[in-house]
Amino acid sequence: MSMVSKRYLGSILLLAIATALPLLGQEAHVGNLTGHAPAGKKLYRRYCLGCHGPLGDGNGDNAPWIDPKPRDFVGATFKCRSTPTGTLPTDADLYNSISRGFTNSNMPHWDALPPQFRIDLVAYVKTFSPRWQSEKAGEPIKVPSEPALTEQSIAHGGELFQKMECWKCHGQQGRGDGPSAPTLTDSKDQPIHPYNFADATNDSRFKCGSTNEDLYRIFMTGVDGTPMPSFADVIQPNDAWDLVHYLRTLQTRRRGPETELSKRSGAKPPAPAKPSGSGY
Amino acid sequence: MQLRPGTQQKTIGLFPKSFLILTLLLASFVCLTSQPGYAIPAFARKYGLPCSACHIGWPVLNNFGIQFKDNGYQLGNDKDSPIYQNNGYFPITFRTTPQWHLENSNKVLIDQTGTEQSVTTHGFDLSGLDIWTAGTLSKNISFQVLPSMEEGDGFHFEAAWVRFDNLLHSPWLNVKVGKFELDNLLSEKRFLTLSSQGGEWFNYHFLPQGDFNQFGGIGENPIGLELSGHNSNSYTRYSISLLSSVNGTPGLTSGGQGNTARTYDAFLNVSQGFAVKGLGVQRIGAYGYFGQSPTYFLTSDGVPVQAKGNRSFSRVGAYGWWFIKDFDFETFYMHGQDNVYLGNSLPVNDPVGLPPGAAGPTWNGGFIEAHYTVNPQFIFTGRYELVHMSRQANPDLAATPNLGNVDSFTIGYRWYPIMLSRAGLAVHNEYSQARMGNLAPSGTDLLNRTVMLGFDFDY
Repeated sequence: MSMVSKRYLGSILLLAIATALPLLGQEAHVGNLTGHAPAGKKLYRRYCLGCHGPLGDGNGDNAPWIDPKPRDFVGATFKCRSTPTGTLPTDADLYNSISRGFTNSNMPHWDALPPQFRIDLVAYVKTFSPRWQSEKAGEPIKVPSEPALTEQSIAHGGELFQKMECWKCHGQQGRGDGPSAPTLTDSKDQPIHPYNFADATNDSRFKCGSTNEDLYRIFMTGVDGTPMPSFADVIQPNDAWDLVHYLRTLQTRRRGPETELSKRSGAKPPAPAKPSGSGY
Repeated sequence: MQLRPGTQQKTIGLFPKSFLILTLLLASFVCLTSQPGYAIPAFARKYGLPCSACHIGWPVLNNFGIQFKDNGYQLGNDKDSPIYQNNGYFPITFRTTPQWHLENSNKVLIDQTGTEQSVTTHGFDLSGLDIWTAGTLSKNISFQVLPSMEEGDGFHFEAAWVRFDNLLHSPWLNVKVGKFELDNLLSEKRFLTLSSQGGEWFNYHFLPQGDFNQFGGIGENPIGLELSGHNSNSYTRYSISLLSSVNGTPGLTSGGQGNTARTYDAFLNVSQGFAVKGLGVQRIGAYGYFGQSPTYFLTSDGVPVQAKGNRSFSRVGAYGWWFIKDFDFETFYMHGQDNVYLGNSLPVNDPVGLPPGAAGPTWNGGFIEAHYTVNPQFIFTGRYELVHMSRQANPDLAATPNLGNVDSFTIGYRWYPIMLSRAGLAVHNEYSQARMGNLAPSGTDLLNRTVMLGFDFDY
């Protein structure tokens, strides 16, 4: 074998090793679970390939027919995080996203898969972007205890809703029909719809969770890759909780303490809306 | 689907050399060329998921597929809109299997010679055709209609039902009405073998020799009502079914058959899954089928018009489904018993006909079936199954206690070279044999064997 051929083969070998190392070494940790990328690769092929594609870039076979488009793991921009905007999510964030699925999208909840399968998938998803090699996940934001629900907190939340111009996208009654709504696009220039709080089909479920704490976290971390920004630097925690209480009253089909209190206090609830079935 | 006997009759060796070479070449080709792919017949058009998301190897459901089915063909991700709201979703799948197959029986009584002889038939053939449509009529109302037909025969309803899902907003309360697949976790409608010997689990259909029971088996789709439920991830499941004891045949009376309008049967099934770290979800369960079958009929102009003299039978047992990563195996046990009148084919209005010492026949059976999933597009399967009589109905059969026993094994593989968003194709290769105790004309054991190479596709 000539020297040139040996060098050529050596280069290929080094390249192959360099390519495989991140895959072989990538792990994910949630609680006492440890995920391994090689195991996740097989699961990814079975469950995820059709939408997210073999390269993890969201260009799977079915992607052209899916709206909203599948997540591009190469960019490592994730909507649902507990970490500040612009940072990588924690392993637990990705694990929860897989387990919970995403309302208003084709991503189902995969809680039928054993926990080990899900954490293995997390480890493999992290192999698609070089960001996971050079950056650490962001520090999860602190969510203070929820203050007592009062008429005043709801009213103050309503004021913040106006002041912070949430209505421009979400509409005055939270139906996702604000004046800016038709113009919104995500980071890939795909049209995107604001969340419709009054939607009957997801009356208590948000993109990134279903609890008040999840709602707090959503607008304090922002939904990266969408026009929904982080408000962490704009409002104080107590104000954020007031906004949570108000937003809950926009979920007119949900029987929650916020809507009940709002009714008792005589606040005029928004009129029920037709389901629209989409939103970020 | 049922397979039609071959068209060419010829006595040759069991494995033609050309077939073995073809099989080896195909197996080599499969191992070398398996590529990533996608599969989606009816539901993929709606959800855009690969078929491997719901199936270990189509048509066997995995945990995610079980959850989807249990939830009324709904993923719960707001893409469950009724079919009439989405013109792009056409929920129909056609399935059939062009094939070559060989059938061998080692002891057939030949008219010309009056002696037993091994007989082999082989040739190209077609399976029946399934036209399968299923989906949601509205949120939490699902349906399935499956007309099926065999070459030269009329169509029949393999399934036709409507299901009211998540009643009272609870996954524990679902009601299904119509003709449906029994809630067997190990479902004969969703397994990997297709041939004439391997295409059914003997346990699911077994009847003792000379038995008059008209029960078609728990592998058949009955008509009735099912109450079922499950927890959020379908690891815990139950079902209770009230079934017309008519073997799934529509009509209260069916001229000439006399097998209708009898009584009601019950089927119960419970199962529990539990995740084992690093291995997968393991499942265990138990079931029971309790029914009655007539022993005689009232007739009018010779045509049965009402069944009478019902006598009981039961099938009870337990099962497990065990996963060791890509290797899984199913274990199944059944105990069966029929009433003494059924076992001796005697009407209850003729009690003096029972021979002294007659008893209700009982038997035990089971199988172990293993699968190895090389990748979502390539899966091996193998099965050993037995059904052994523990008590014959007629004391005259004491000399042949093994009469009717079944010992069977099946091996095969399925390769899915096409898993597209609109179609799926599986290359199916299978060998199966079954030894039947004392069923040869000479009273010795009969051995039936089959080899099949087919192209199982749906679109």
